[in-house]
Amino acid sequence: MRIAAALSTLLVLCLGVLSCRKDGAADVTLLNVSYDPTRELYGEINAEFSAHWEKTTGQSVRIRQSHGGAGKQARAVIDGLEADVVTLAIAFDIDAMHERAGLLPKDWQTRLPHDSAPYTSTIVFLVRKGNPKGIRDWKDLVREGVSVITPNPKTSGGARYNYLAAWGYALREFGEEGAAQNFLARLYGNVPVLDSGARGATTTFAERGIGDVLLTWENEALLSLKELGDKADLELVVPSVSILAEPPVALVDTYADKHGTRKVAQAYLEFLYTPQAQRIAGKHFYRPSGASAAAEFADQFAEVTRFTVREIAGSWREAHEKHFADGGVFDRIYQPGAKAARAR
Amino acid sequence: MSHSVSRLGGHGRRAGRQDTAEEAPLIRWLLIGVALLFVCAFLLVPLVIVFSSAFADGLDAYLDALADDETLSAVRLTLLAAGIAVPLNLVFGVTSAWLLSKYEFPGKSALVTLIDLPFSVSPVIAGLIFVLLFGAQGWFGSLLSAWDVRIIFAVPGIVLATTFITFPLVTREVLAVMQAQGSDEEEAALTLGATGWQILWRVTLPKVKWGVIYGVILCNARAMGEFGAVSVVSGHIRGETNTLPLHVEVLYGEYAFVGAFAVSSLLALLAIVTLVLKQWVEWRAERRTADLATGAAPPTVARTVPAG
Amino acid sequence: MLRRRGVLPGFGLSLGYTVFYLGLLVLLPLSALAVKAGGLGFTEFWRSALDERAVASYRLTFGLALLAAAVNAVFGVLVAWVLVRYRFPGRKLVDAFVDLPFALPTAVAGIALTAAYAPNGPLGEPLGRLGVRVAFTPLGIFIALTFIGIPFVIRTVQPVLEELDPSLEEAAAILGATRWQTFRRVLLPGLYPAALTGFALAFARGVGEYGSVVFISGNMPMKTEIAPLLIVTKLEQYDYAGATAIACVMLGVSFLALLAINLLQRRVRGAS
Repeated sequence: MRIAAALSTLLVLCLGVLSCRKDGAADVTLLNVSYDPTRELYGEINAEFSAHWEKTTGQSVRIRQSHGGAGKQARAVIDGLEADVVTLAIAFDIDAMHERAGLLPKDWQTRLPHDSAPYTSTIVFLVRKGNPKGIRDWKDLVREGVSVITPNPKTSGGARYNYLAAWGYALREFGEEGAAQNFLARLYGNVPVLDSGARGATTTFAERGIGDVLLTWENEALLSLKELGDKADLELVVPSVSILAEPPVALVDTYADKHGTRKVAQAYLEFLYTPQAQRIAGKHFYRPSGASAAAEFADQFAEVTRFTVREIAGSWREAHEKHFADGGVFDRIYQPGAKAARAR
Repeated sequence: MSHSVSRLGGHGRRAGRQDTAEEAPLIRWLLIGVALLFVCAFLLVPLVIVFSSAFADGLDAYLDALADDETLSAVRLTLLAAGIAVPLNLVFGVTSAWLLSKYEFPGKSALVTLIDLPFSVSPVIAGLIFVLLFGAQGWFGSLLSAWDVRIIFAVPGIVLATTFITFPLVTREVLAVMQAQGSDEEEAALTLGATGWQILWRVTLPKVKWGVIYGVILCNARAMGEFGAVSVVSGHIRGETNTLPLHVEVLYGEYAFVGAFAVSSLLALLAIVTLVLKQWVEWRAERRTADLATGAAPPTVARTVPAG
Repeated sequence: MLRRRGVLPGFGLSLGYTVFYLGLLVLLPLSALAVKAGGLGFTEFWRSALDERAVASYRLTFGLALLAAAVNAVFGVLVAWVLVRYRFPGRKLVDAFVDLPFALPTAVAGIALTAAYAPNGPLGEPLGRLGVRVAFTPLGIFIALTFIGIPFVIRTVQPVLEELDPSLEEAAAILGATRWQTFRRVLLPGLYPAALTGFALAFARGVGEYGSVVFISGNMPMKTEIAPLLIVTKLEQYDYAGATAIACVMLGVSFLALLAINLLQRRVRGAS
């Protein structure tokens, strides 16, 4: 038994040693927990911010990044992934951090300009070269024989925007919810693969050659045209109307205070609104909120009427409960009873 | 699950068999053809895909992808996790195999089933249970937070999940060999006055050496390749808590397909090395059996089912 | 082979350590799962565990795992037979590579199989022209599960085949039995338990498989969503209760599969 005790002590010690923080050479480190498509954006912003912070304060800062599907990332933060700042796809996931773990105050969204969204985006279509199926607008997505790729709105923030954009279009077009629901049932009836995140969906569409049209973030669409364009033969289609996507950022008070990094974390988030960072956002195909950067990148983005989540669904919470919660509209689309509607 | 034991010397015995119980050559070749087709269709295709995609843009692109900082840190983390999980399971494997092969006691078969349990638990569930234990909302969440100790979303969580997944592997291999060899020599040593430790170090371990090595090789391969469980507890902090298999997924999501397959090829290479080592261990064990008096020598390596 | 307790020293130590380590690493975490599920209450638990989408995922997971294990049982016996009985060039290589699915990380297997069977992949394209879609359909999941299960039946049947006494077959041949009759009446009864054990192992492994399946499955609710993926999806929606309930059902099935394997092996040992 003494050996057993010794070995278990060893085990605990090993785990203990490993759990100690290694901060490397930097004076201070931040952890930014983000969603999938922002990898390239924050790669560049982090370098700029480190240089800026060292120049103004003499303190070196290292920013660690974590990326994944938005739902998974929010879940990890709630479960103890100690993010100093979160930069996620939808406000609902940050609300959950307040509701489930009290990691930040309820009014977090009012603490930074533009509802805490330093850049915006929208939902557009990517189609195959030459647009063989003639897809121009939302109504073309429910045509028979059109195969639509979009991720699972239960796990992906981008997919929720896709869903709500279609919902908003249908509400405007048909004027009532029953018809809109029917429209969505037919649209999702055309979806052959539900990836868990935006990146997976892009890969399925561009690399695996599945589907005729991909619903995705504008920034993802422009990026994949740049990265995969020649190889994958893709084209951008901008629908008549779409949704205003506002990916929010927030300081996670509990963890920032625990690490003593509130000041630099706050500065990091404010840095996102500077012309310097706004230009980087524009470069990575996010629509800048700052006037000068917005003007600089104006011709990169198509004119499109964008409605907000608030206009078509009230708050994110209401949108979640009505559409995405278990038993909501999205689940009902997939119930066997809905097959008839989809078949039409 | 107990273990089926093969006498590796068995191949030779069959070489001189009479033809009275043989199939016609046509049928024989047909069967061989079908078997090869099945094996190739399922086993060869993924390997070929991995290596051809990895070298799709030439050797330079391949080497660039591997020399990336995040790839290197993923290699380090993977080695670290396996480096802790494998020795822990090795000690446990030898101890539990000793217990299960040398003694009879009530509840033994229940114990065997429990030891085997992690094998059939979905990796996702393996990750989930550690979140339930050590997550901020979990059993020890507030305690760990107060002590500022991080388990999940840090290296210890990855080590724990890996250890859980590879838990029964060494036990299974060593137990099979110990059971096959019996305890006569140990009892003889005992009569001659050896202590328990002496018996273990001088008699038992040399006897089951190859079984132990075999178990370690399998355990290591599984530890380095684990994806599902580690993915749930990792937190995906770049350059810090991404293991090699997770890094494959990251690269895959960055349109860095050459990179993803380059890292995959590293893991595939590891798999091939594992298979070669395994073959070598079997061959060594076989030769040792042959070196000893023919026929009388006990089998030294059990070829058991690799548990997953 | 087994000695009565008390002959060799170290019983207390090895029992203590085994139980301690097992408890710390396996039983304690698993009990967290049980307690969480217990906290749900009976109706809540069954509502989560038996919701329509969960049931569809069980049907898919268990059904395809069974099917893949069955295919592996048939081909596993065949491959084992060929490897043990025949000599042909490359036999040793094939023998070594049978364990590949075990040594190859599941995520690597997943992306490789997806790349191979996607509509524009080297295998997916010709199959697509024949009208067979593999990637992102249940067929794709089936292929991934078959891949994962290959070593199990082969490695359980192989040693038994090697041990079979050839004189039995010779006797059958002398008595005028055809080769097929000999196989069915003389060989198969001997191989049956080993093949069944391999089948059960492949099934147990297939049920829980995640890494190689998620890439190729398509993840459609009610259609190609496997149970482990549903657990992950529930987790990402902060639905710990739902995730735990499904995990418990799966754990129960795995445990039953293991128990069946152990009972089978005991019967085999009793018979031999």
